[in-house]
Amino acid sequence: MRALDPRLLRRTRAARVALGVDVVLGLAASACVLGQAVVVAALVAGAFDGRPVAEQGRLLAVLVGLVVARAAFAGSVESVGRWAAGRVMSDLRRALVRHRLRGAGSGAGSRADSNAGSRAGSRADSNADSRADSNAGSRADSNAGSSAGSGAGSGASGNARGGRAGGSAGSGAGGSARGGGAAPGVPVESAEIATAAVAGVDALETYLARYLPQVVLAVAVPVAVLAVTLAIDPTSAAIMLVTLPAIPVLMALVGRFSEERARARWQALSRLSNHVLDVVRGLPTLRAYNRAEAQADLVGASAEQYRLTTMQVLRVSFLSGAVLDLAATIGTALVAVILGVRVIDGDLGLQAALTVLLLTPELYAPIRSLGAQYHASVDGLAAAERILDLLGPEAAPAEATGRCPDWREIRLTGVTVARPGRSGPVLHELDLRLRRGEVVALVGPSGVGKSTVAAVLLGLCRPDRGAVTVDGHDLDTLDPDWWHRQVGWLPQRPTMFRGTIRDNIALGDPHASPQRVAEAARLAGVDGFVAELRLGYDTRIGAGGRGLSAGEQRRVALARALLRDAPLLVLDEPTANLDPETAAVVCDAIGRVAAGRAVLVIEHRPDLVPADRRVQLRPAEVPDESGAAEAAVPETPVPDQAAAVR
Amino acid sequence: MRTLVRLVRLARPPLGRLLLSVLLGAAAVLAGVGLMTLAGYLISRCAQHPPVLSLTVVIVGVRAFGVARPVARYAERLVSHDLAFRVLARTRVAAVRLLAVRLPDRAGRDRDGDLLARLVGDIDATQNLFLRGLSPPLVALVSGAASVVAAALLLPSAGLVLAAGLLAGGVLVPALAAAAGRSGRRRAAVRAELTAELVELLGGAPELVVHGADRAALDRVERLDGELVRLGRRDAVAAGLVEGLALLVSGLTVAGVLATCLHAAGDGRLDPVLVAAVTLLAIAAFEAVVPLPATALVLRATLESGRRLLELVDRPPAVRDPAVPAALPAALPAAGSAAGSAAGSAAGSAAGPLVLDGVHVRPDDSDGWGLRGADLSLAPGRRLALLGRSGSGKTTIAELLVRFLDPDGGRVRLAGADLRTLAQRDLRARVTLDRQDAYLFASTIRENVRLARPGADDAAVEAALRRAGLGDWVAGLPAGLDTPVGEDGAAVSGGERRRLALARAFLADTPVLVLDEPTAHLDRPAATALMTDLMSATDDRAVLLITHRSEEAAHTDGVLRLRRGRIVAEPIRGG
Repeated sequence: MRALDPRLLRRTRAARVALGVDVVLGLAASACVLGQAVVVAALVAGAFDGRPVAEQGRLLAVLVGLVVARAAFAGSVESVGRWAAGRVMSDLRRALVRHRLRGAGSGAGSRADSNAGSRAGSRADSNADSRADSNAGSRADSNAGSSAGSGAGSGASGNARGGRAGGSAGSGAGGSARGGGAAPGVPVESAEIATAAVAGVDALETYLARYLPQVVLAVAVPVAVLAVTLAIDPTSAAIMLVTLPAIPVLMALVGRFSEERARARWQALSRLSNHVLDVVRGLPTLRAYNRAEAQADLVGASAEQYRLTTMQVLRVSFLSGAVLDLAATIGTALVAVILGVRVIDGDLGLQAALTVLLLTPELYAPIRSLGAQYHASVDGLAAAERILDLLGPEAAPAEATGRCPDWREIRLTGVTVARPGRSGPVLHELDLRLRRGEVVALVGPSGVGKSTVAAVLLGLCRPDRGAVTVDGHDLDTLDPDWWHRQVGWLPQRPTMFRGTIRDNIALGDPHASPQRVAEAARLAGVDGFVAELRLGYDTRIGAGGRGLSAGEQRRVALARALLRDAPLLVLDEPTANLDPETAAVVCDAIGRVAAGRAVLVIEHRPDLVPADRRVQLRPAEVPDESGAAEAAVPETPVPDQAAAVR
Repeated sequence: MRTLVRLVRLARPPLGRLLLSVLLGAAAVLAGVGLMTLAGYLISRCAQHPPVLSLTVVIVGVRAFGVARPVARYAERLVSHDLAFRVLARTRVAAVRLLAVRLPDRAGRDRDGDLLARLVGDIDATQNLFLRGLSPPLVALVSGAASVVAAALLLPSAGLVLAAGLLAGGVLVPALAAAAGRSGRRRAAVRAELTAELVELLGGAPELVVHGADRAALDRVERLDGELVRLGRRDAVAAGLVEGLALLVSGLTVAGVLATCLHAAGDGRLDPVLVAAVTLLAIAAFEAVVPLPATALVLRATLESGRRLLELVDRPPAVRDPAVPAALPAALPAAGSAAGSAAGSAAGSAAGPLVLDGVHVRPDDSDGWGLRGADLSLAPGRRLALLGRSGSGKTTIAELLVRFLDPDGGRVRLAGADLRTLAQRDLRARVTLDRQDAYLFASTIRENVRLARPGADDAAVEAALRRAGLGDWVAGLPAGLDTPVGEDGAAVSGGERRRLALARAFLADTPVLVLDEPTAHLDRPAATALMTDLMSATDDRAVLLITHRSEEAAHTDGVLRLRRGRIVAEPIRGG
C-alpha cells in the first residue's frame, strides 16, 4: 500500500481545486498560529516591561483577530476537505459501478464466464490482507489516540494462538473472507466489493480530507517556523534545524517497528472477534447440544488469555510512544532552560525567548499529525486500492448502433474463447447455427464451456477468435441494448433481486400486466409453490427476504425469461434442481413457447427437453499438429434426425 | 443515560482500575500544565537577571514535569488498555450467555449473518466505552479543576476566565459535536442500503444488463450515492463548525486570561513575572478538553451499539426452565446410557412418544402461516417424514420439539410430560435436533463432531462419522480428524457439511432424532445417497425427518404433510 498512489491521485482530479483551496486554508490557519505565538509573546513581554494596558489594547485586538481567523480557517479546512473528499469518493464508487455494468455488457464481468472469478481468485490473498489492514488501521486508530509512532498493540502473531480456546469447538481460525457478512446465496466477492465501495471508500475521507493537505502542511509549516525563528534568533533556528530530522526519523523507526507488530496484534484481536462471531452464529447449534454455557466460559477464557498476552506486548510497544513523548517534553524543558540561561546572560530578550518557546511545539506538530493521519487512512487506502485494481485501465465503450429486425438465424463461426488461468481455451473453433423455430439442446459435461456459449450468444462475452453473426450482421455491430431486448435468458445461477416474487419475474419488463406475469409464472411452474405462500406473488424474496429453494429460484428466473417474449431464448439448465414432475411441466412449457423462436437449451442430462437438434460439446483442447481436436461434433441438422442422436 | 448505566453494569468494570486510569490521565495532563507554567515563569524570571543558582528549584521542576508527563501517560495507557480488555472480556461472556437463551428466535435473527456480525461488532464496541468514552471526560474534569484552582491561586479572575473557557470547550463544544453527529444514523442507514444495492448490482450485473434493468439499478445506486454525498457535506459543514468553535473557545480563553493578567499586572494585583506562567497554564490546560468533541461522537456510537445489544438482550427468552423440573420416565434413557436398545419398539409404549397436541403458533413474519392446530405423534423407534414447502412451518415444529419455543396454544409432550415442566437440559439430552442450518465451527472435524458429546474419544467420533457415510472421506484426509472445516464449514463441500452435522447428531446418541431438511442444498444424487446412509444408520431410534422432497418420504414408516399450518397424513407415494 502506497501513501501516494498515483492512480488514486489521478482520481482526485475532480476535486483538485477544492483540495488546493483546502491546502491554502490550512496554510492560512498555520500562519495564524505562528502569528498568535508572536503576539502572545509580545503581550507578555510588554506586561513585564510595565507597558500600560491601554497601549497593549491594539495588540490584544490583533490576538483576538488572529484567534477568530484561525478558527475560521481551520474550520473551513475541515469542511472543504471533507467536501472535496465526498466528491472523490462518489466518483470512485460511480466509476466502479459503471465499469462493472459496462464489463457485464462486454463480457468482462459476466458470471457466466470465469473472467471475474479468476480475477477474484488472483486477488483473494491481497484482499484478505486488506481486510486485516482495515481492522488493524481502524482499531489502532481508535485505541492509540493520535500519537503516530506508538503502535496501540503489537506482538508476534504466534501469540494469537495463545488467545484461542485450545480444544474448544469454537476456536477461531479466523481471517476467512466470509466474516458472516454475506447473505446466503450472495457471491462473497460481490458482497466484499460492495463493502469496499461503501464503507471502505467512506474511510478514504480521512486520507483525502486530512492526510493529503497535511502532506503540504508538514513541509510548509516547519519551514515557516524556522523562517520566523531565524528572524528572531538565529541560534535557536540552528538548534531547531538540527533537531528537526530527529523526530521524523525517530517516528519512522518506531513506526515501522511497531506498525507490523501492532498489525499482527490487531489481527489477533479481529480473530478473537471472529471467534465470538463464530460462537454467536453457532449458538442455536450449541444450545441444541447443551453446550452454550460451556462455550460462553471458553469465550471468557480466551478473551482473558488474549488480555494477558496483549498486555505483555503493550508494555513494550507503548514504550516507543513514551520515548516520543519524552523527547517532546524533555525537548521543551531543555529549550526552556537554554533560553532562560541565555536570557540571564542578556544574550536574548524576553519577548524573543517566549516566542521561540511558543513556536517550538509547532515545529513538530504537523509532522506528528501527518503520521497519525496516515495511520487513520490505512483503512480507506486499502479499500481504494481494491477498487482501483478492479477498475483497471479505462476503456471507451463501443458505440454500436446496428439493428437487424426480424432476424432469422444466428451463427457462431470458429468461435474460440480463452480465459486467463486456464491452460487451454474454453471454447475452440466452435460452429453453431441457431434458427428461429427450432429448439437446440447443447449438452456436455460440466465445465465444458456450455455457459460460455450462452454468454457469447448474449454478447456478454466477446470471442477471442471467430464471429457471431445475426443474419450476417456481426454481433459487434449491433446495438447491445437492442440485442438484449431480443433475448430471454435463464442463467445457470439466477440472481434473486430484493423485492417481491412479482418484481423478480417482471425484472425485464416492470410494466408488464398482471395477466402476462401470471401467464409466465404459470408456464414456468411458479404458480404451484406460490399458491402455498400466504402472500403469494407479493412474498418478498432476495437478500433479507424469504429464501426460495434452488429449484424455486430457477422457476422464477425462467418466468422472468419467458416474460421477455423475445425471439431468442437461452435457457441454461432449466430443469436443474427440479423434481421430475416440475421438470416435466417446465419442459412442456419450453416446447410450447418455442414456436417462432430460436431456443438454445443447455442441459447436462441429455434426455429431458424435447429438442429438434442436439449439439454435443466436448472439452476443448489446444489443437495438435493434425488439427484433429474439435470442440463440437458436427451438428445433426435435420430435425427428424434428432431422435437418432438421442 | 439509562443505556450507559446498564452497559456499565453489564461490563462490571473494576472501579479501582478505572479510578487509577483517570488519575494517571489527569496526572499526565497536569504534568504538561506544570511544565509550561514553570517554563513560562522560568524565562520571565530570568529576564530579571537573578543569580542562576536561585533558579535551581524551578529548573529541576521543569525537568521533573518533563519526565513525569510521558511516564504518567505511559502508565495511563497500560492501565486503560488493560481495563478495556477486561471490560471487553466480561461483556463478551455476559452477552454470549444472555444471547444463548434468546437464539434462535422467532424473527430468525440467528439466520441473519449481517445482524449477528453487527451484534458482535456492538459487543466489541464496549471496549471503547471506558477507553475513549468515559475516561477522557473524567480526566478532563479532574485536570481541568486542578488547572482552574492553580490559576485561581495565582490570579482569581484568571481562574474564573479559565473555568468558563474550559466549561465551554469541554461541555458546549462536545454537545454540539454530538448534536451534529446525529446524522450519523441516517448516514449508516443510507450506507447499508447502498451496500445492499451494490451487492445486487455487482453480483447480478449480467442479468440486469440482459434484462435491460441496468439503468434502473444504476439510477438507484446513484441516487443513494448522491444522498450519501449530501449527508457527507452536511456533516462536513457541521464538523468544520465544531472544529472552528473549539479553536475559537480555546483561543479566546487564552486571550481572555492574558487580558485579565495584563490588567492585574497593571493594577499591581499580579507580579508581571507571573503573566507568562498564567498564560501558558491556560494554553496547556486545554489539552484535556481537545479530545472531548471526538469523545462525544465515540460515546454516542458506543451507546448506539449498546442500545442495539441491550434491545436484543432485553427480549424475554422464548422459554424458561420450570422452578422444579419434572423427572423424565426412566424408560426414556438419556444420551449414551444404553441408548439404542432401550428405545426399541418393544419398549415403545413404556418409553412414550413425542407428541404435538393441537399446537398453535402465531405466524412469526408477514408471510408465514404459523401453526393452526397441528397434531403429530412420534412413537419410539418409528420413522416419520414431515413434508412441506419452505415457509410452511416445518422448522417451527422442529424447534417446538426441542423447546426452542413454546406453542401459543396446545401442548408438546414427551412421554406424557409437557415439555414446559422439564429442564431444557434433560429434554435435549433425549431429543436431538439436527438443524437445517446446523453450524460448523471454525475448528477441526473432531471438535465439531465431539460437540455433541465432549468426552467422546476418537473411536466414537470415527464411528459416528462412518454412520454418516464419511468414514472413507475422513480416512483419506491427510490430517484426518484434525482437518479444519473453515468458518461455518467453508472448507468442506455442502454434502460433507451436512454429513458432519449428521455425524454430530449420531454421536449425541439420543433416543429421538429430529432432522430438519438434511438434504437441503444438496443435488439429487447426493441427497439420495445421504438418505440411504441416513436410514440405515438410524437403526431403532425414533426419527422425524422434515423435508420438502417428497421422494425422500419413501424411506420412512409414515408420511405427514404440513399444509397451511396443519398436519395431515399422506399416503406413501408409489407404494
